[in-house]
Amino acid sequence: MQTVQPRSLPLRLPRVRPGGVLPILAILAVLLVLVGIRQPDFLAPQSLMSFLGRSAPIILLAAGQYFVIVSGEFDLSVGSLVTAQVVVAARLIDSDPARTWPVVLLLLAFGALVGLVNGLITTRLRVPSFITTLGMFLILVGAVYLWSDGAPKGGLSEEFRRFGRRAFEDVPLLGRVPYALLVLVVLAVAAVLLMRSDFGRTLVAVGDNPRTAELSGVRVWRTRTFAFILSGLAAAVAAILLGGYSGVSFQAGAGLEFGAITAVVLGGVALGGGRGAVVGAMLGALTLELLFALMNFYGVSGALRSTVQGGIILLAVAVSATRSSSR
Amino acid sequence: MAAIAAVTLLSLAACATDEPAASPSGSASAATGSGTGDQSKFFVQADYDAELALLDAAPTGPADKPWEQVLNPTMVDTAKFKKNGPHKICFSNAALNNPWRQVGFKTMQAEVEAQKSRIKEFVHVDAEGKDQKQIADINDLLGKGCDALIVSPNTTATLTPAVEAACKAGLPVVVFDRGVNTKCPVTFINPIGGYGFGHVGAEFVSQKMKPGGKVLALRILPGVDVLETRWSAAKVAFDKAKVDVVGVEFTDGDPAKTKKIVDDYIQRYGTIDGVWMDAGAVAVAAVEAFQDAGKPVPPMNGEDQLDFLKIWKDKKLTAIAPTYPTYQWRTPIIAALQILDGQQVSSPWKLPQPTVTQDNLDQYLDAGMPPLHYAMCGCTDLPGYPQRWK
Repeated sequence: MQTVQPRSLPLRLPRVRPGGVLPILAILAVLLVLVGIRQPDFLAPQSLMSFLGRSAPIILLAAGQYFVIVSGEFDLSVGSLVTAQVVVAARLIDSDPARTWPVVLLLLAFGALVGLVNGLITTRLRVPSFITTLGMFLILVGAVYLWSDGAPKGGLSEEFRRFGRRAFEDVPLLGRVPYALLVLVVLAVAAVLLMRSDFGRTLVAVGDNPRTAELSGVRVWRTRTFAFILSGLAAAVAAILLGGYSGVSFQAGAGLEFGAITAVVLGGVALGGGRGAVVGAMLGALTLELLFALMNFYGVSGALRSTVQGGIILLAVAVSATRSSSR
Repeated sequence: MAAIAAVTLLSLAACATDEPAASPSGSASAATGSGTGDQSKFFVQADYDAELALLDAAPTGPADKPWEQVLNPTMVDTAKFKKNGPHKICFSNAALNNPWRQVGFKTMQAEVEAQKSRIKEFVHVDAEGKDQKQIADINDLLGKGCDALIVSPNTTATLTPAVEAACKAGLPVVVFDRGVNTKCPVTFINPIGGYGFGHVGAEFVSQKMKPGGKVLALRILPGVDVLETRWSAAKVAFDKAKVDVVGVEFTDGDPAKTKKIVDDYIQRYGTIDGVWMDAGAVAVAAVEAFQDAGKPVPPMNGEDQLDFLKIWKDKKLTAIAPTYPTYQWRTPIIAALQILDGQQVSSPWKLPQPTVTQDNLDQYLDAGMPPLHYAMCGCTDLPGYPQRWK
């Protein structure tokens, strides 16, 4: 991919490496300038930290979704998985602080299990992941509804909620640093290291051309299944942070799968796999959240968010399709 | 790539430091508050006047049992339904899909148990929030030999023909909570209603906040009559008090969305001086948004859900909680038994709609009950309290 042949096509846009993070950094910078003009207060450490903290769940989901998408699949189940996790957590913890850590571990295991099932059904039973995870989405929605009689029960302990709500107070220069931001930074670094490891390269190779990967000795099904497990784990962490941020809610995860996919696409990751960086996906999520914040500052109705999101998906995929066809 | 992430974070932080202490939120007023906008098409002046009058009306009936009380009763004869017991009572329920209905239904089941010498069988069918299912449910129940039918309709217009068909079958029909467009049921039971709810909250907020302050109104969703009436009464109160309603937002009843919306408004305007909401489910999320932003919680209204009452007391908020009392789920059972006895009942049966205020907060705040319980359940004297509601 590094060797770009100097074929000259007319009307060529400035050449950027496909899947690189430069475009998204540029968009992010433009948005930051716009926010700075409109609402300089927003860039003060205090509100910036709080913004990053509350964006942490969607950024983590974008990273999880990235693993799946770069390997050539989709995960539509993450939104309902987050909802299920929050509702399950509330019911199991039932406001009892002593149950916090066992439930946290259980949620992580549950997230990994859902990912494993998604992965095995997709790779072993050869069900397209779009359908597998759509089915999982519906199963989780129905199961949560059945289990809870349609209304959340119980409550989250303050100990559980602190991950998404509390912060290190009085940090020099930054002020208040949310725990969620710390979790995000640690996991983001882990994700980057993972993508630089053998596994990361294999994952991209599988997404780029599964046949070639198979022939060169990669067990494609195992790699892809692992990507789904990572996405499930990301959903579990996001659920812990989101539940902490806002408490029990039946809509905790509603629409997050599309948010994550939009972010990944915006971050320059090709749908269909094989191209893009995990940092791009996470920056995509950050950019999306910043765009929504900017819309808010300009008084644009929140109802327009999904429209904007849909527009971004279409535009980003169209741009990436043009770019790859002119390759 | 780790370097890129680090650089990005650093550059974000750098942007933060060279930002001057520029004009605060005042400059953001170009994003003008939408004000209260046009009046809802659900608004009916006569109903509004009637409900506000009922807020001050004195109820008849036992003072310690508001679920048996009636405001401005008009009695109807029920001698033709007189029947020897014990009875089979059937209930077609719109849904159990929110904590309010869960608490209400448990209260109704407990009332049935309390009356078990007079009720031989209680049949409950949950329509799961679907009109078509409820129409079928009512039709099925008509063939099951019920002595009386209780209906809590999912939607008003669509369920009207099904209720009319039940009336024609000859058994006494009692409708409660949401209404139907027919007078054929023996009685229709509900509390004062949405105008009263919305008015109480809005009047409190506009009186307690600083004059000329900014109010944020949070609504669940548009187009539902009980919620539209709440907002339309609040709009009248806010317009009269000439407060600056900077936003009217829909939350879908979702705490996460609510917290973000409130946080957005705090960011945009620097401060918000009053919060009104049409239902209490998201009240705690709104309070938390102020707490987490390090701002004082302004005067606001919630509902009688215990999580809100608790945070109200713990954090010494300036708050009020109009209610849509869950004790109304007891009344249909009582009414059905009275009708089957041939006793006169009031039609319509307007129940009082108490408000939780600073003065009576302690009386309703039961720390042992779960956060999503509704204080106004009138259930403390019922069998199985408190375990049944936990």
